[in-house]
This record gives sequence, structure tokens and C-alpha cells, in this order.
Amino acid sequence: MKITVTINGSACTDDVEPRTLLVDYIREVRGLTGTHIGCDTSQCGACTVLADGLAVKSCTMFAVQADGATIQTIEGVATDETLHPVQEAFWLEHGLQCGYCTPGMVMTLMQVLERNPNPTEADVRRGIAGNLCRCTGYQNIVASAMRAAETMRGETR
Amino acid sequence: MIPAAFEYHAPKTLRQAVSTLRKYDGEARVLAGGMSLVPMMKLRLANLAAVVDLGRIDGISGIDETAGGLAIGPMTTHYAIESSEAVQRLAPILAETAALIGDVQVRNRGTIGGSVAHADPAADLPAALLALEATFRIAGGARQRTVRADKMFVDAYTSALDEGEIITAVRVPAIAPRTGWSYQKLANRASRFAVVGVAALLITDTEGTCTRVRVAVTGAGPAPIRARATEHYLAGKQVTSESIAKAAVRATNGIEFLGDVHGSPEYREHLTAELTKRALTQASERIG
Repeated sequence: MKITVTINGSACTDDVEPRTLLVDYIREVRGLTGTHIGCDTSQCGACTVLADGLAVKSCTMFAVQADGATIQTIEGVATDETLHPVQEAFWLEHGLQCGYCTPGMVMTLMQVLERNPNPTEADVRRGIAGNLCRCTGYQNIVASAMRAAETMRGETR
Repeated sequence: MIPAAFEYHAPKTLRQAVSTLRKYDGEARVLAGGMSLVPMMKLRLANLAAVVDLGRIDGISGIDETAGGLAIGPMTTHYAIESSEAVQRLAPILAETAALIGDVQVRNRGTIGGSVAHADPAADLPAALLALEATFRIAGGARQRTVRADKMFVDAYTSALDEGEIITAVRVPAIAPRTGWSYQKLANRASRFAVVGVAALLITDTEGTCTRVRVAVTGAGPAPIRARATEHYLAGKQVTSESIAKAAVRATNGIEFLGDVHGSPEYREHLTAELTKRALTQASERIG
């Protein structure tokens, strides 16, 4: 089936099988391997991307369902050399250890902070309930989210 | 994991969806949000000739206020429900329950129609819909029909939908004045599905006498079910911690408790009574 998807601002038209998962389309067809596959069973959130502005697990969606959609992956988050505040905060707060879960964490947190610009730590933890960090580095991930929220509100430390 | 090959249909109307389903004579399934169906296909627990995606049909996602309450389109997502001002005002237990489903990503995709049709025995929304006495409009059979919530959940993964039928609307009556509500669940730590979940709606008069009560339990047995013995016990009685405790133990009546790695039948039985007590207690505190 022919699909057209706008990924990180570029319109892409490709022929895919109906059973092609969105994550495999993004990684294998479009070559954007920043979106990771962790569990492949809808649990770990490493494959999270924004589809029409909504955080979704791209391993749990067929590429054909994204026909016509606008997709943002981790590769489309920074602007040129400028990191997104969420990325910047992960760097400053050591929000990653092995880094495998990080792309999914960043994409989910962008959604969480968009919906709630002034979250508590508990709100952040609830927000990333669908993202697993096997390093168990949650303390610094939460600290990163809190710092990112401050930055996005225009507050400085 | 990649599912077995299937044919993909994305009809533009419900009528087309129904006729496509019919053509495959039971070998096709409806794809709503896909939060259960896609994993099942990946694990090859579901091997389908075809998938009929409702995602391209206009007008079946959204929440409308009606004379009696809410009409919710089957493709309305859990996030849309939890964040809807109308749902929070007219059926707050539904918003509160939707907010406890899965995680952000699941709530962004998962739909009310999909949850009901899939009839997972541990799904959250069915408990709230049973307590609210929701009804479901269904198309695709010989004629349009309406099914009440207490007739909808037949068995594990078995709803009252016949082959080829599709839910076209979920109708939810608005709660009456002086209604308290609560949904209490013990969530599976990994999936956030309910090990057991209990939804309660409670109305009292100004003297504190229970004039109406609805309690529903999910996760405990093969299908979500109304706790009618609890309702019968509490109706007409003064709502106190004692009467709530006595009503709550009756919630286990008639449930054939499931046992699995997440909890033995005895544990689920205990949870059913305990969570019913907590739900009724919180509901009573919220009356106002």
C-alpha cells in the first residue's frame, strides 16, 4: 500500500505492507534509528513518537494507520544545533545512563509537559508510566523533566 | 515481531465497514485504537484475513451532550474522555476511570468502543459503564439495536456483539444531584490493567439514607459484573462505615474468581470486598 507520511517536516511516500509496523517503517524504510525497539510488546515505550502531536508507541501501530499523519521522531526534536529543553535537561541532569530508553522518554515528556507545564514529581512519574528504564535511572529522568519544565516556563536556575 | 499478512481496509463510512466485515465472514476484525488487537496480531494470537480500520470514518469520535447525558463516539480515545469537561461534569467517574487506564501513550490511542468490544476481563471502563448504566448502540446486524451495559459483557473477551456488528455510540446517563462516585483499583504494576477494580455510584437523601447505589466489579471474574447483592443490601439503609462494610463483603457473591500469576482467586475475592468498601466510602464522602 502506498502511504504518505510527513516525518520531521519531510513528506515521504512509500509502499508498505499492511502488516508493517510504524516503528519498522520509521527505522527500516526511513532509516531513522533514533526511535528504538525495546520490548516490541507495547510495554517499554522506547519506540514512542509523536503522531499528529500525540505520543504513541510506534510498535503498536501499523504504518498504514499513519497514512496522512505528521510524525515527529527524536531526530526532529532539536533545531539545528540547539537542543530542545527536554534534551538539554537530560544532558544537564544526567537523565540517561545507557541511553536506550531516552528517545522514548524525551518524546513522552514533550507530551506530558505540553499538557501540564507545571507538573509535580508525581505527575511526571505518572506521565512516564509507559516508559521503562532498565538502568532504573528514574530519579535523574524525573529531575530532568522538572528542570525542562522550569526552562519551558521561562524560569532559570 | 511482525503479524501474519492480512488485507487492510480503511472504509470511509460505517456502512462500508459493516459490509466489508460481512464479506470476510468472521475472518476479519475491526481495528479501533489497536491497543489490544495489534499486540494480539504481533503475538499471532489473532491471525486475521483482514482488518477493518475505523480510523478513517468521520463523525464516530467525539463527545456530545444530549438531553439525558452524553453520547460518546466509539472511536473516542481514553485521553479525550479523561480530559473532557463534559464528561468530568456529567459522568465524572468515567473521566476518573479513563485516566487510570494504561499509560499516556495507550490513552492517546485506545478507544471506548474498542475497550468495550474487546471485553478484556480486566479492562477498567466496563466497570464505570456498568455503574453508570450506559447503553450501546450497535449496527451491522439485521437491525440497529441497543444493548444495556449489564447485557454487554458476556464472558472473557466476549461481548454481546454478534459477528459483523459494530458499536456506533456509547450513551451515558448524566449522574443525578447528590451522587458520589469512586473507581478503586489495584493495578497490575506492569500493564496497569485492573487485578480487581470497583466502580461505585451512590446517592443519599439529606438524612444520609441510600436512595440509589450502583456497584460494578472488573478483573475479578471472567466478565465485569454488577455487584447486585451489595446494591440490594445498601439500598434504603443509612450509609455508615458499618453498612458499607457489610455491603462490601457481598460484592463477592456470584463471582467465579480468576486465578493467575497476578493473584489467586482468594486474593481477588479479598480485593473485591476491600476495594468495594473503599469505593463506597469515597463515594459517600463525595456526595454534595
